[in-house]
Parts: sequence; structure tokens; C-alpha cells
Amino acid sequence: MNVLTLDGVVKRFGSLEVLKGVSLTLDRHDVVCLIGASGSGKSTLLRCANLLESIGGGDIALFGQSLLDPRIDPDLVRRNIAMVFQSFNLFPHLNVVQNVMLGPVYALKRPAEEVRSEAMLLLERIGLRDRAEEYPDRLSGGQQQRVAIVRSLAMQPSLLLLDEVTSALDPTLVGEVLDLLRELAAEGTTMLLATHEMGFARDVATKVVFLDQGVIVEQGSPSHMFDTPTQAATQAFLARVRPN
Amino acid sequence: MSQRTDAPSSAPQLFSSRRRLHLSPRYSRVASLASTVVVLGLFVAATFFAPGGVQFRHFFFDPHQMWASLLGNNRGLASVGKGIWTNIWMFCLCEVLVLILGLLLAWVRITTSAILAPLRMLATVYTDVFRGIPILLVFIIVGFGLSELNIGWISQQNPPFYGCMAITITYTAYVAEVYRAGLHSVPNGQILAARSLGLSEATTMRRVILPQAIRTVIPPLLNDFISMQKDTALVSILGITEAVQSAQINAAQSFNDSGLVVAALLFLCMTIPLTRFTDGLIDRDRARRLVAAR
Repeated sequence: MNVLTLDGVVKRFGSLEVLKGVSLTLDRHDVVCLIGASGSGKSTLLRCANLLESIGGGDIALFGQSLLDPRIDPDLVRRNIAMVFQSFNLFPHLNVVQNVMLGPVYALKRPAEEVRSEAMLLLERIGLRDRAEEYPDRLSGGQQQRVAIVRSLAMQPSLLLLDEVTSALDPTLVGEVLDLLRELAAEGTTMLLATHEMGFARDVATKVVFLDQGVIVEQGSPSHMFDTPTQAATQAFLARVRPN
Repeated sequence: MSQRTDAPSSAPQLFSSRRRLHLSPRYSRVASLASTVVVLGLFVAATFFAPGGVQFRHFFFDPHQMWASLLGNNRGLASVGKGIWTNIWMFCLCEVLVLILGLLLAWVRITTSAILAPLRMLATVYTDVFRGIPILLVFIIVGFGLSELNIGWISQQNPPFYGCMAITITYTAYVAEVYRAGLHSVPNGQILAARSLGLSEATTMRRVILPQAIRTVIPPLLNDFISMQKDTALVSILGITEAVQSAQINAAQSFNDSGLVVAALLFLCMTIPLTRFTDGLIDRDRARRLVAAR
């Protein structure tokens, strides 16, 4: 069964049409990379997928259930779809482990002690167990973003949305975040990413989607998209982001 | 071609003719103490050597009258020291009420829920009206108007009740706006992050927005409370014998205003600790944010 199905999704901000009928499906264990210039609609698409934005047309379905159904509770949808942001958005008033625990404890209402031990295991995995009691300000950007990823994993989501998660990072810190994402992909986490990291997309993606001005111009396997793209717009974009 | 300036052949001039006096830490402490003594001394000297100095000291700083006014006596002098307790308990009660009601009002104003639309409009009108009316008029309208209305329980209260009510009504409007500014100061990314974890709107408010907003609004809130402490003096127009009213009774009784100075000093004893505490919090917050901005 498809985890996520977008069917002709339209999104308008006033008179500006940001998504002009986007259709896309994600199966279990898929890693789909959205590529395209800034303003092409990648981030908007991600925000529509977990109902942070309402859509102006088309349909979004999670495990075959339309999210436009008025009986759908958006909070329950978001508990199944986790999201990681470009600017981390860690909660500055909570320490690292409290950041990770917030969702499971206050959204899922699970017992704090149990959640805490799981959170510590997740932090151990990213090598930050000994920083658990510190506040996010004291961590490097790469560490903060890895905590943000782990915070979303703590919800045990069936789908992970990642919005240009390495774009705000110092180049020397990008690697540690991408390595974590590679591990997650290898474990079969279903992910939809907006990214400018073409090397990462080629290595990890099961499908690469090129968005241009709110339209999917071309999609396919990484080798198709990066080696033999058929559309002129795709070729032009790739020539710009991969000079040589 | 842009013109290139060549490196100067000689070292630039670094000495100013307006050379500032540089003092060692120990010497500068002595200097600041000395200048304080001189300035204060000038003020005191002014009351001594001014043409009306003798009368001024007699009317405002008569130690005997000040002492009698502080304690009161059985020959008709009211006790300013007892009166100040009325100001203190009123302030403490109103502070708690205003903190709670102000937050509720701010919350109503920033929610986007459609059901709350009429409440939101009412809240806006409320803040507009009660920030716009001088508090003295609110005292009169509430204190004399409500009992006049004869609408049961609410019209049968005593003056201190109406006094507290007027203070609470006015300051709730101010404090709600302070809260609202604080709630809006939390970055939108925080709300997106919380909602994307599946937290409800109410939980996001309680666990993510409020804790961050409160930190921002503590200094401006305390600022409003300092002003509220002083405004408790205005309940005297409802006939409540608090500190200022007691002092006025004494002034009329003894043709001497020293009691008013006593009231002023007692108010300072109340407000200065709060002012210093507020300043300390502001400094601490600044230090914290400056470290974060490195």
C-alpha cells in the first residue's frame, strides 16, 4: 500500500500558484528526493503533506485515507508524519533530552520514564548521550540538526519529511547529518526530502523528482535523472547545480 | 578606474587633544562616592539656604510630625504606617488577578478559532477602552456607579472591593497587551515544529509558546506592577484610608505635610526593591542573549 499519495495537489498563496497539480506516490521504504531551484515549491509540498498548509485542490492520502476528509484529525496525521526543518527549530527552553521527549510525552501521552530511556538510546545512537542535559544553544549546528532528526524519530513515524535539512549548516557539518540520513535510509525509513545535495540524492534516493515552478517536470531513478534526463529544464537545472 | 589610496608614509595620528581622564578602579570608586556626596549635599543645602528653607523643612520634614504621622495617635492623627498595609494587600491581590486575567485576555486575542470570534472582538474592545480611560475615572465609575446600579450582589460590596476591581480592570488591559507582544515574539518555526510533532494547539501554547513568551515579558510586566503599586494610592478617592489618605487627614489636622513625605518614603520602600529586581532580571536576560548571539 502507498504510504503517501499526492494527487493533483494545488496550492495558492493569494494569486500566486505555488503548486500546480502535483502527483506523487511513496511506497514503504521509499526515499524520494525533491530537487529544484529555490521557489520551485519543494518546501510547500512538504508542508502540505502534513497539513501544516491547507491545499487549494487535488487530494492527499495517507495509507489510502484522504486527508481532506473533514473527520480527519490533523494532530493524529502529524503524529504519523514527522518533519525536520532547515532551521532545526529545537525548543530553546528545553534541554536536549526534553526536546526529544516532548512529542511522545505530550502528544502520545506515553509515560515519561519509558520515553526518557528510549530518548537516551536515540541520543546514544547519534553520539550525544552525554549532552542530554544541555540546552540546544550549546550545540553545533550539525549536532542540533541531528537532535532534531532524532526528535522526530522518537514519534516512531511512518513517514519522515525533511526540508533542506543541511542547507543552514556549515559545509564541514553537512556530512554528519547526511551520514545519519544514509543510516536511516538503509534501515528502510520512508522519507520524502527536499534537498540540494545531489550526491546524496544519487546515492540514497529510490526516486528523484524534479520540480520547476510548481510542476513535476520529470521523475525517475537516480541514474535516469542524473545521467540521462530527457527534459530540457532538468538538464539545464542539473548543469547549473553541477558545473563541469 | 577607481583611485587607489596609497598606504600612509607615516603612522596615523592616534592622540586626541580631548584626552579622557583615565582612573584606576579604586580611584574611580572614590571619585563616584565623592561626586554623589557633593550632589546630594547641594540638594540638602538648597533646603537650608533657600529663602523659604525654614518653612519648607518645617512643613515637609518635621521629624516629630513624621514620627507621629507614621504611628498615628489618639488625638485624631491617622497612622500612615497602618495605611500602607491597605496598599500592600490590595497590590498583592490585584497582581495575582491581573496576571491570570491578562493572560486569558491575551490568549483570546491571539487564537484563530472561529468559535471564539465574538470573544476576540470583545477582548479587543475591552483593551481599547480600558487602556484609554484614565484610571481615576475607572475608580469613580466602578466605585460609585456599581453600587448606584442596585443590581444585587455586585452593588452591595465595600469600597476596597470596588478599588481592587477598578485596578484589576485597568491593569488587565495593559498586561494583556504585554503578554500578547510576548506570545507574538516566539518565532513561527517553534509553532511549526510543535504542531508537526502532533501537539494540539493548546499543548503547543502551554509547553512551547508560553514558557518562551514568559521569559520575554517578565521585565515589562514588572514595570507595569511598579506603576500599579503606586496607583493603589488612588483608591483614597473611594474613601479608603490607605497611606496617602491617612497622610492627608494628618495634613488637614495639623497643618503640616510631613505625613505625605512619610507616605512617599513608604511607597519607595515598596517600589525600589521591585525596581532593582526588574533591572537585575533585564541585565541577566541581556547577558544570556548576548552570549547566545556569539
